[in-house]
Amino acid sequence: MPIVKLVSEFFGVEEARRLDWRLRHGGYEGARHALRDMTPEEVTEEVVRSNLRGLGGAGFPTGRKWMFVPKETTQPKYLAVNCDEAEPGTFKDRYIVEWDPHRLLEGIIICSYAVGIHQAYIYIRGEYVRPYHRLKRALEEAYAAGIFGGKVLGSDFSLEVHIHRGAGAYICGEETALLESLEGKKGWPRLKPPFPAVKGLFGCPTVINNVETLSHLPKIILNGGSWFSDLGVERNGGARLFALSGHVNRPGIYELPLGTPLRELIEEHGGGVWRGKRLKGVVPGGTSSGVLCADEIDVPLTFEALAEKGSMLGSGAVVVMDEDTCMVRALHNVEDFFAHESCGQCTPCREGTNWAYRILSRIVSGNGVPEDLDTLEHLASNMRGTSICALCEGARMPLQSFLTKFRDEFEYYIKNRRSMVSGRTPTTVST
Amino acid sequence: MPTINIDGVDLTVPTGTTVIQAAEMAGIYIPRYCYHPGLRIAGSCRMCLVEVEKLPGLQIACNTLVQDGMKVITNSERVRQARRGMLEFLLSNHPLDCPVCDQSGECDLQNYYMEFGRYRSRYFDNKTKRKKAFPIGPHVMLDQERCILCTRCVRFTEDVSKTHELGVFRRGHQSVIDLYPGRVLDNPYSGNVIDICPVGALTESDFRFQCRVWYLKEQHSICAGCARGCNISVHFNTDRRYKAQGRRVMRIKPRFHPEVNRWWLCDFGRFGHRYMDENRIEFFAEQKDGIRVDISCDEALGRVAQLLRGTLEEYGPSAVGIIVSPRLSNEELWVCRKLFVKGLGLHQTAAFDPWERPGFEDDFLLKADRNPNRRAVELTGFTADARELLEKAAEGRIRLLYIVHQDFAAPEAAELLQKAPAVIYQGTNWTRTAQQADLILAGAVHAEEEGTFTNFEGRVQRFFRCFAPIEESRDDLEIFRDLGQSLGVTVPESAATALKDWIGIDPDEIGEHGVLLSELSQVEA
Repeated sequence: MPIVKLVSEFFGVEEARRLDWRLRHGGYEGARHALRDMTPEEVTEEVVRSNLRGLGGAGFPTGRKWMFVPKETTQPKYLAVNCDEAEPGTFKDRYIVEWDPHRLLEGIIICSYAVGIHQAYIYIRGEYVRPYHRLKRALEEAYAAGIFGGKVLGSDFSLEVHIHRGAGAYICGEETALLESLEGKKGWPRLKPPFPAVKGLFGCPTVINNVETLSHLPKIILNGGSWFSDLGVERNGGARLFALSGHVNRPGIYELPLGTPLRELIEEHGGGVWRGKRLKGVVPGGTSSGVLCADEIDVPLTFEALAEKGSMLGSGAVVVMDEDTCMVRALHNVEDFFAHESCGQCTPCREGTNWAYRILSRIVSGNGVPEDLDTLEHLASNMRGTSICALCEGARMPLQSFLTKFRDEFEYYIKNRRSMVSGRTPTTVST
Repeated sequence: MPTINIDGVDLTVPTGTTVIQAAEMAGIYIPRYCYHPGLRIAGSCRMCLVEVEKLPGLQIACNTLVQDGMKVITNSERVRQARRGMLEFLLSNHPLDCPVCDQSGECDLQNYYMEFGRYRSRYFDNKTKRKKAFPIGPHVMLDQERCILCTRCVRFTEDVSKTHELGVFRRGHQSVIDLYPGRVLDNPYSGNVIDICPVGALTESDFRFQCRVWYLKEQHSICAGCARGCNISVHFNTDRRYKAQGRRVMRIKPRFHPEVNRWWLCDFGRFGHRYMDENRIEFFAEQKDGIRVDISCDEALGRVAQLLRGTLEEYGPSAVGIIVSPRLSNEELWVCRKLFVKGLGLHQTAAFDPWERPGFEDDFLLKADRNPNRRAVELTGFTADARELLEKAAEGRIRLLYIVHQDFAAPEAAELLQKAPAVIYQGTNWTRTAQQADLILAGAVHAEEEGTFTNFEGRVQRFFRCFAPIEESRDDLEIFRDLGQSLGVTVPESAATALKDWIGIDPDEIGEHGVLLSELSQVEA
């Protein structure tokens, strides 16, 4: 399927982050149309019809998420924009905020109008310095032009937008941990229920949407929900950004309709595996998704199809690994990340991620024992579905899939105390 | 009112009940670490996972609300497997120093491991190092390695004591519970974090290494520290007097009472038990010019009867002053009334220390009145404070003062008492007042007696005898009984008859949660 230009329309266009240029090129037209010609219910209906799903990773239908917010409430409602993009391999929100911040801001207006929100918070990752400054500049320009504030785009609707910078914790991308962090607390995910739509930021109903999800809204409003949903396949509306990285010839951001085969993304758009090497494995949705073998890449990129394969579409970060990749060390690296980023609140994640990392470190340093693999598998099954948030699942899925699909490599490493691929053992392994 | 089925037991519970509470009502105990009925739900230990029919994953029982028709299974192989997994996780970084841990024997890690554990460790790697055994306040020691991060203590300081000393720091497996910078766990309720800690992370500085918990006996009692009347358990040991400086009372733990103290106890009540074993009046004695001679109980009581009779004959009833104390039990006060006022016709009575300063009071447990039984003192007709009596004694108008369990700490009182012609002191500790008396009667502390206290709201609550009075000291009721016999006055002989005589109920009718005086018909002054 061909590359489309929805949110990536102005990527690479230097002028696009200037408000005046952006206004001449369709900026805020969607929001203007929604505020002037549509009721909030009509906006929500269009979004439901578009089959737009949460593109931060969970893939929850966006329109339905909005409808969970109670209509009759005396409490203020909030929008939290999740720009804490920290999943290893993911860099799509960064592109949006860096190149087209006004598209995000326009999406915020549309969402807020649909749900009846007058305060929006953008939670941006602390390490995103340049995106933060560009977003801040864009917001200041929009405020100066009277787009935000008491009269949004000249209507009676009022909306204030605040930018909040995170401090570098992966867990703060989890929606309820994000809320805790916004409230000034330690980023610990909350128990659900109550769901944020009922009791979220400061105890009030809150919508939490990903940057890319919101950035799709202006075009959905202008062209209609069915236009967007027709771009994709059943229940997977429209297109999304795929962040292709790893051992491919042309890594980068590709905007493709949902349902595009993974093979097409890697071989046609990405130019195939680099240096003429063979493909070994693909992580299709960020590090927390399960790995796919070379013979599994004919799968269409939809939430359901990848779930069937025991993986997930997640944040659309596709990491390609060539035949020279040592899967033991790759998994060690992945588990290092999760052990380091586990918030430590609930038992299976705090202890499980770290235990898995320690065993893997021992294996990588050449001190593994054959029982380790059974222990790891058992560990993974004990981590399954027992934690508060999805981080534990995110650590379990690669653990289980690497072990199942590349078990021979692990066994070889333990038996011969060196990597099957490189034939070497690293001299120092941190534990 | 939804109806729920837990392990085949049907029961109807109020709306808003959680599964863990409903299971408890059905008599099914679901293991837990972070859940505590008195604290906000954390849901982080993942120990209370149960199967709920129609839901794919296991659910935490502490945060799952009961819904009508819900079917819960708490003992399936899948649930047991999950618990075993959680325990293995918790123990993977636990130091397993049970042989030197004070919590051994009452540790939930041990208890649940007996039931669900794996018994063969698969953990060979290094454990996470944290800080071990350091004081975080005057009463509490913290061992971060033993901590399982259930955050009960953190939630207690946040929501119950509202003092915010403790927090969780760092991340992942390196997470630790610690004090906020510059803070000390020094609030009037700090001891409660020791009770609610399910493992050996928080231990009592006072109790540490004094006694293994399996040597302890337990008896229900009421705290005598203030007018609140918190329900407590006295943990004591009488067989190992060569340990812990011979102390019998090892520690005090709160006992749940839904209205009086819930699960909690203040530090004054919890740690203020040393007086029961230290500086005690162990023998009946006679004091003259600073020289003390121990005498037998019979001889002492004979002397008391002689003194009382002699003074009454020579000077009349207004020459004898009786000072009781709001630390006496209901029964003792009533017997005092029967013996001295009704029997001997004395009318110079008092009960309160006029120099006593009110203590710190808050809207949680502590009452400014640090006496456990002021209400009963007033109801039994001892209303005056002791100033007038002491002054009369100093002037010689009162020839004999009989002080029961009252201690005047103020120097003014000591001066007045110095001039009194004759003083009988019946009490438990060598206080200043005791040292000034001419005749000493060795009474018993409330852990050595049984009886009832009436708290500030008029709730009569029962306490039980833990052990016999120390050395030759005697139950105060026995002293009054013998004294009454030699003076020809009949008084109720036991706590039960005394209570029956006073408010017309049998102690066994009081029940676990006490009885309010306002609900009783007969209260005689």
